[in-house]
Amino acid sequence: MNLWLPILIVGVIGLIAGLGLSIASVLMQVPVDETEQKVRAALPGANCGACGFSGCDGYAAAIAKGEAPPDRCAPGGADTAAALSELLGVTVTLEPKRACVACGGNCDAVGQKLEYRGIPTCAAAAQLYGGPSACAFGCIGLGDCAQACPYGAISVQNGVASVDPALCTGCGACVKACPKGVLSLRPAEPARPLVRCHNTQKGAVARKICKASCIGCMKCAKVCPVGAASVSQNLASIDPALCTGCGACVEACPQHCIEG
Amino acid sequence: MTTRLVTILLAGILTNNMVLSKFLGICPFLGVSKKLNTALSMSVAVIFVMLIATAVTWPVYALLLVPAGLEYLQTIVFILIIAALVQLVEIVLKRFLPPVYRALGIYLPLITTNCAVLGITILNFTDSLTFVESLCNALGAGLGFMLAMVLFAGVRSRLETSDVPAALQGLPITLISASLVALSFLGFAGVVG
Repeated sequence: MNLWLPILIVGVIGLIAGLGLSIASVLMQVPVDETEQKVRAALPGANCGACGFSGCDGYAAAIAKGEAPPDRCAPGGADTAAALSELLGVTVTLEPKRACVACGGNCDAVGQKLEYRGIPTCAAAAQLYGGPSACAFGCIGLGDCAQACPYGAISVQNGVASVDPALCTGCGACVKACPKGVLSLRPAEPARPLVRCHNTQKGAVARKICKASCIGCMKCAKVCPVGAASVSQNLASIDPALCTGCGACVEACPQHCIEG
Repeated sequence: MTTRLVTILLAGILTNNMVLSKFLGICPFLGVSKKLNTALSMSVAVIFVMLIATAVTWPVYALLLVPAGLEYLQTIVFILIIAALVQLVEIVLKRFLPPVYRALGIYLPLITTNCAVLGITILNFTDSLTFVESLCNALGAGLGFMLAMVLFAGVRSRLETSDVPAALQGLPITLISASLVALSFLGFAGVVG
């Protein structure tokens, strides 16, 4: 008989707790928006912030309420765009983008103007005379972008950030993290040549600092058949909208700072 | 009476610190102490749950289990009650205080399995405290947990920017510094209680 009392007590306590919880969950049910849940399920869940909201939950809530356009999820790419189109009954088009590093100043090409021993982040290093690199414009190489990347697509190789295009989703987290503005988003397809330099100093000065710098010699602008390459402030740039990908500028560049 | 309550409170915070002297609740102590904000949220949730868990388990033990001679059921009954309470608190928070619910996030369900909460409810009886003293003890233990969390969050934020040898990076250096903080709390032994 002594066995039944403990079983009864534990059973009754469990029953009271279970009933109480069931009643509470019915009484205090929070109405949920079904569209919001479906939209949230369609989003990739990376919480990268590319859409401008604090995370996928916030963006899903905004889409469901009609406060935000559904075409801001860069990491989701075509799959998410298709899922959202079906869900919301509107056509969502999304141009996939990739992060690009506009600096080729690796450890072989550019020297150091100081030996930095502080907090090992680019943001901290950039506060001190613009960073340890001799070039005030280029990649610092302490990897704030690699830290910021939710997909592990960025690594620092020989002192310069390098993006793995297969892993990059174009969320832009690295662009925000870079204190030097070296990273930018460019259309993923078709691949176009990129000027791997960010230095706007005059050619002679830039060349003295870094072997891989753009010197603003205008050769790319002259050989480009469609006028996509241009030079402003001693720095070449290639407009991906005009570029046909012929590769003439890559051949012509004497500094080899245009990457095909 | 008041002196005794103050003594219990101070003992809970300093000499018998849940984390650093009794080594209960180490999991959240290491897991949630990376940032000061989350450490504080977790501590507030723990204080809250400790108080209501004590308020419910004390009468159940003293008025139900002791008269029936079933003291050995203590652990299982307490776990049952604490788990149900945490669930209830979660439901109530979700309904009435969504910002708090979101801020606490995963930490609230985690408290269900926090041995510090179970520990304090059981220790109340091994020290044979009255109901009011038990509540005071729970509050002290909760505040002590908060003190440990906040102190350690500070230590860890300094660790993040310091030059740690490669072999010790991450959890090893965290455990070593945790032991040093615990060692420093040894200095409070015998002050009160």
